[in-house]
Amino acid sequence: MNERIAKLRKESFETAPSISIERALLTTDFYRENDGKYSAPVMRALNFYNLCEKKTIYIGEDELIVGERGPLPKAVSTFPELNCHSAEDLKILNSRPMTRYSVREEDIELYSEKVIPYWKGRTLRDKIFSNLPKDWIDLYEAGCFTEFMEQRAPGHTALDGTIYRTGLLDMKKKIAEARKKLDWLNDPFATEKSEELQAMNIACDASILFARRHADLAEKMAKSEKNTSRKEELLKIADVCRHVPAHAPRDFHEAIQTYWFTHLGTITELNGWDAMSPGHFDIHLAPFYEKGIREGTLDREKAKEIISCFWVKVNNTPAPPKVGVTAAESGTYNDFTQINLGGITEDGADGVSEVSYIMLDVLDELQLLQPQASVHISTKTPERFLKYACRVMRRGSGYPSAFNADAVFMEQLGMGKRVEDARTGGTSGCIETGSFGKEAYILHGYLNVPKILELTLNNGIDPLTGEKIGTATGDPTHFKDFEEFYRAFEKQLAHVVDIKIRTDNYIQRMFARCAPAPYLSVLIHDCIENGKDYYDGGPRYNTDYIQCCGIGTVTDSLSVLKKHIYEEGILSMDGLLNALHDNWKEHEDLRQIVWNKTPFFGNDDDYADEIMQRVYSSLIDTIDGRNSPKGPTYHVNMLSTTCHIYFGKKLGATPNGRFAHTPESDGTSPSHGADRHGPTAVVKSLSKMNQIQSGGTLLNQRFLPSVLKDDSGLTKMSKLVRTYFNLGGHHIQFNVVDTETLRKAQKCPDEYRGLLVRVAGYSDYFVDLDEHHQEEIIARTAQETF
Amino acid sequence: MSDENARGIVFDIKRYSIHDGPGIRTTFFLKGCPLSCWWCHNPEGISPFPIVIHHPRRCIGCGRCVTACPSGAWEWSDGRPVQNREKCTLTAACARACPSSAIEIAGKEMSVEEVLREARKDIPFFDESGGGVTFSGGEPFLQAEFLIANLKRLYREDIHIAVDTSGFCKEEDLLEAAGYTDLFLFDIKVIDPKKHEYYTGVSNLTILSNLRKLDEFLYTGQKGKINLRFPLIPGINDDHENITATADLAASMKSISGVNVLPYHSTGEGKYKNLEKKYKMRKVLPPDDEKVNETMKMFSERNIETIKGG
Repeated sequence: MNERIAKLRKESFETAPSISIERALLTTDFYRENDGKYSAPVMRALNFYNLCEKKTIYIGEDELIVGERGPLPKAVSTFPELNCHSAEDLKILNSRPMTRYSVREEDIELYSEKVIPYWKGRTLRDKIFSNLPKDWIDLYEAGCFTEFMEQRAPGHTALDGTIYRTGLLDMKKKIAEARKKLDWLNDPFATEKSEELQAMNIACDASILFARRHADLAEKMAKSEKNTSRKEELLKIADVCRHVPAHAPRDFHEAIQTYWFTHLGTITELNGWDAMSPGHFDIHLAPFYEKGIREGTLDREKAKEIISCFWVKVNNTPAPPKVGVTAAESGTYNDFTQINLGGITEDGADGVSEVSYIMLDVLDELQLLQPQASVHISTKTPERFLKYACRVMRRGSGYPSAFNADAVFMEQLGMGKRVEDARTGGTSGCIETGSFGKEAYILHGYLNVPKILELTLNNGIDPLTGEKIGTATGDPTHFKDFEEFYRAFEKQLAHVVDIKIRTDNYIQRMFARCAPAPYLSVLIHDCIENGKDYYDGGPRYNTDYIQCCGIGTVTDSLSVLKKHIYEEGILSMDGLLNALHDNWKEHEDLRQIVWNKTPFFGNDDDYADEIMQRVYSSLIDTIDGRNSPKGPTYHVNMLSTTCHIYFGKKLGATPNGRFAHTPESDGTSPSHGADRHGPTAVVKSLSKMNQIQSGGTLLNQRFLPSVLKDDSGLTKMSKLVRTYFNLGGHHIQFNVVDTETLRKAQKCPDEYRGLLVRVAGYSDYFVDLDEHHQEEIIARTAQETF
Repeated sequence: MSDENARGIVFDIKRYSIHDGPGIRTTFFLKGCPLSCWWCHNPEGISPFPIVIHHPRRCIGCGRCVTACPSGAWEWSDGRPVQNREKCTLTAACARACPSSAIEIAGKEMSVEEVLREARKDIPFFDESGGGVTFSGGEPFLQAEFLIANLKRLYREDIHIAVDTSGFCKEEDLLEAAGYTDLFLFDIKVIDPKKHEYYTGVSNLTILSNLRKLDEFLYTGQKGKINLRFPLIPGINDDHENITATADLAASMKSISGVNVLPYHSTGEGKYKNLEKKYKMRKVLPPDDEKVNETMKMFSERNIETIKGG
């Protein structure tokens, strides 16, 4: 990396995340003065405009790509209109040892004085929680599920190529046309649509204004700049910011700046989950790259430098801080911006270009937390690209993860999308499938499937609290066979899912009504044509995902019941329940039997794998196609992020020999230590899951460096990936580190500050993880091979 | 000689085996070996019969083995069950009763069909990576009938086959196997016959003669290759004279595809402990990189493709 990039990277790496209260103050003032005067979308758009007009503009030394969410790099905004931090929250954020955000003492005072009193009872979270049923709260507090939208807005968005072809001034024309077309006489929603479109129009102006303020500042800085080459750069920046995003970009530099302004706009408007993602960034940038090379205005090094500048920018935007339950779900600065590399183009060709390789180089060189990159492998992807990616993976940061582009395509066809929209789709957040630029695919929260099994084993009672939170599914000692037990489990599952979906539907309507996102709606296809907001079913496609956790734990536990209780009779239900109640204490021989003598998921053993298939089918049957306010849009997703640790804490001992309060299996990976026949057996077991019925699965594999040390090891890694994808796998990721290194990092964190490891659908610095997460990474079965 | 109904003793099956031939492979370890090399990594494979392996660290001291054993081979000693190998009649009752897998049986009888079923599981990986099945040991030719029956069966499935052998076997078996084998992983340990006998328990005259015959057979048939595997062991076979002789031998072969120089490592040591066997190599350290590179150079100078490790 060159001097500029080394400097920008160092600054980004070393700057500690802080909280900026600027957005909260501006928003609070604006609401205090204007709340009630406008319709919800117009109010949101005007607030966004006010922020773009007044927020502090920052252009850093030597930067080429400009713009920050806060007044400074790594200064994170808060969103009091959704969920207002208390003074106590801010103090905790300032002092907690992990994922700390520094907050200035005077800012806490100002917040307490100006922000907190106004929002009391007015935040969206307050409004939502005032109206939640007791059965939901009971299950929520017991850790049966989480709720994504209690602190952050539904987000999870990636863009397609539209912004590189269409400037916001063109969008304004489209908006005007849509308003003209409104059927005032026959459409009962014409007024609502008109308000939404007006809001979108204001949002476009806001974004253009935001860019122009950067142009003004760059020009001003240029005037006093002594260094002539920097002066030129500042004038170029001014030129770029005057042109985009009002107009479509003219060159490579402008294309990247266009995306960055768009990104900043969406994360200023709201704090949607997983920030924003550029989707198939390499495919979108390739024409600009080729044009620049052809015309002699760009070379590979220059392109790499601009991409690196962008990379630093994404790293400068840590996730908005959370408190309480969602901090346990995802204790990380990572805001999950994901860049898809490779894949397939709109017309079905291979998407790999020189830009894809440059991005892999940048990813490898910078070793930053964000953005995360993934490679999308189709049957058309050249072997060179996959091996190039495997070489980067081998460094052990967990990046890039690998996705099966053909499976992602088929998953979307299965959900009824058009061929070209499915091809331009991909994955964002961790592993979630969506049609980029055309879909709102919203995560609703994790479902603790092992907890549902625990409720079944206790006739609806949570053994940790003794409270009845589930439905009565029968005394488990009375079931005469496994079938009867399984039916009870399915009944319990349906009960919990019903309660979750009922409340999810209510919450998503609250967002549609109170916190629409007109700027985001401009960017996603068909919101303008439909005159409807992103949160209100405006996009061409709408999907609501429920992420089901712990399939390994559940499968293995059911396998124990089936084999040892119902088939072989060496255990009694009473005896097992007793052992679970005692957390296996004084029952170690029993625990060893179930742990060592039961067919477990992840070993290519049909006995266990058929149970997995059955549980998976039950999840699909219970969730898939359920109705939201937007139609039959609920789908299953098989992601756990880090929630399997939180869920594990809320779970007693389980029949598979797992101790109480320890993590569940992650994603769709086997239980830790349960897979004992190597990676091909894991892959085979996973391939028996009909993965294309879901919106994504997640498989973690840890490899020790010795396995992959030479070129032949690398090829065998790439072949493992290819085979998994041939067999229908959705995603696989690798942690290539050895246990010794990790133990050393635990002891001397300072020496390992830069050690990135794959946590779930993202990577994090190992030393920033708490002890549980660190132990969990170490526990993931090491696939050491001699 | 081969029979589809042949049954053999297999002491381990390793999937995603990436150091026993090309691509991703499944390796079957056939039990029994007529050699007893000092450095053997798989001492549990030497005896041709199933044997009991005890992992004391896994033991939870429940004593189910003591109760289960019909021959009284397990006894209490200092609060821990220990096995008296003399009394063991290999009923495997202890292993079945042990809840924590602290007792395992190395060696399971398998049929050709069962081997095929296991091999088929990873065909998608073989196809994608150019891998296949490897038979190793022990010395797989000690169960020649079973081995050849398996080779014939897998050959019909169009699965790439490698056989890892010491070469200490009947010539007719070796040449029959050669008709169905894509690659031989042929160990050359020490060239001097006396030294060979001292360190492995057998003379290498049969081995070297078999190597010549196999080389000629494969060359004539234009099918199958030989990969020589040279374990580099300090103080035993790392002298200049031995390495030169080995390299000359390799250079004289017509069906050679390459040489793997395998630097000695001591990872097998723990197994000796679990088997209550003496490890004679305790003081031997792995060769340094310089020595390994020097050795590899001796082969590559003779235009032989040389790879470090498996």
